[in-house]
Amino acid sequence: MMDQLYQEIILDHYKHPHGRGLRSPFGGEAHHVNPTCGDEITIRVTTDLSDISYDGMGCSISQASASVLHDQLTGLDPAAAFRVHEAFVELMQGRGQVEPDEDVLGDAVAFAGVARYPARVKCALLPWMAFKDAAVRAGVGVSPEVTA
Amino acid sequence: MSSFDVARVRADFPILGREINGHPLVYLDSANTSQKPVQVLDVMRAHAEQHNANVSRSVHTLGTESTAAYEDARAKVATFIGAASPDEVVFTKNSTEALNLVAHSAGEMLGVGPGDEIVISEMEHHSNIVPWQLLCRRTGATLRWFGVTDDGRLDESTLDELVNERTKIVSLVHMSNILGTINDVSRIVARAHQVGALVLLDCSQSVPHLPLSVSALGADFIAFTGHKMVGPTGIGVLWGRGAVLADLPPFLGGGSMIETVTLEHTTFAAPPARFEAGTPPITEAIGLGAAVDYLSAIGMDEIHRHEQEITGYALKTLADLPGVRVFGLGTPEGRGGTVSFDVDGIHPHDVGQILDDLGVQVRVGHHCARPVCARFGVAAMTRASFYLYTTTDEIDALARGIEQVRRVFG
Ligand SMILES: Cc1ncc(COP(=O)(O)O)c(C=O)c1O
Repeated sequence: MMDQLYQEIILDHYKHPHGRGLRSPFGGEAHHVNPTCGDEITIRVTTDLSDISYDGMGCSISQASASVLHDQLTGLDPAAAFRVHEAFVELMQGRGQVEPDEDVLGDAVAFAGVARYPARVKCALLPWMAFKDAAVRAGVGVSPEVTA
Repeated sequence: MSSFDVARVRADFPILGREINGHPLVYLDSANTSQKPVQVLDVMRAHAEQHNANVSRSVHTLGTESTAAYEDARAKVATFIGAASPDEVVFTKNSTEALNLVAHSAGEMLGVGPGDEIVISEMEHHSNIVPWQLLCRRTGATLRWFGVTDDGRLDESTLDELVNERTKIVSLVHMSNILGTINDVSRIVARAHQVGALVLLDCSQSVPHLPLSVSALGADFIAFTGHKMVGPTGIGVLWGRGAVLADLPPFLGGGSMIETVTLEHTTFAAPPARFEAGTPPITEAIGLGAAVDYLSAIGMDEIHRHEQEITGYALKTLADLPGVRVFGLGTPEGRGGTVSFDVDGIHPHDVGQILDDLGVQVRVGHHCARPVCARFGVAAMTRASFYLYTTTDEIDALARGIEQVRRVFG
């Protein structure tokens, strides 16, 4: 049962996180806290998503989720990144009923089991919600014509 | 020979027969809320089925029976804590409401204002922090606090400076819900009274577990909550010294707390009715009376002795496990059966999740006492807490669970 929640991929990302550490320059930054457990994450993104950097402290689920987010979204064009984002949020909020699409989600499919643990969904979503705020602040995906 | 028989006690708690994830339930979260014995559940059911009516408002038979049962519960609680009279026992919704009641009404009675000081501690539950912050925000008074020592006690080294002529109210936790420390408050109470301050003790964790008498404690108010003492949720208690309650203005206004009402003016009932506006949690109060009966029949001395044994066993077991660090006192002296710890820096959510998979229910997080976590340099802790039904087998199950945690995350 625990193997579904703590998939090998999740434990790997937790023990050996990818892309951790805050880097400059960046276009936008967001800091999110989970008030029930005190987990924290800070995420920075460049406007073209060529780099997504982060730092934080928290449980294996939230920290592995940040590492996977870094892997899956860095270097994507904004529309593709937001598609992955949307698919991940849908998976997490699906109470275990949503069939994950590995082509879209990549390693993030490992979090499918988390959706069955309502108390942990917030942990998995923490970095993704922070990413969204950081991306908005950086103006990611906002074309110059529209901003004018 | 002790007559305490944990197996017999456990037979009174139906939920302890449950399985969780294919394992026998190991309930180690009684500091959060305790389980309830059939004796309490039966009394509440019988009241609802046979005697239900509103209290203090009717001449009819059911109303009279219901009122008698409600007041009987008050008398039982008064005896349980050694109060001078049942009129010193105010029923509230929980500890939180009792603490807020005092922050409002004593703040008003004492005319707390700029230059005045309220003293709490770094060891408090949020419900004994936030009401005082709100009082200070409303009145311009200053909030000050006792620190916590490395071994998890109140730091009284600055007592005479901290509690001084400007101090109006000192409000402290009697037993910490996170470190388990039982605070010997005698020196602080004496100092507070010397400078003319009132003392409130948050006894949410002590009344359920220790033989306790308000006259020995010497405070002016104590607060506690029914659901942590084998009673139901929705009922708590504020005890206040009769002479202090007599002058205390009301907190909530409404029915049952008045003497006479005109549209211009209201005069208020005497305590405890003055502080029980509206229809109270009647069935819950009666359930609390049954809980007090249950605990008294076993004996608070016996319960405390059992918990001391379990706590000693747990502290020793945890100390022998590699990677485990206990926060607070390492031996049962001066502490109760609430033990918070760290496992190899592994996040408490992960610890709690693996333990749950093995049927072991512990609390993880900041336990509504974030300043304590900050004091010990962690964002969260894992907490196991014990009660009269806890067994050494359950501590062994906890230890096996911790070993499993280290295997998964090590
Ligand atoms: C020390 C302490 N104070 C206050 C409370 C608040 O109790 P309640 O939530 O029942 O008001 C608790 C329990 O959570 C506690 O442990």
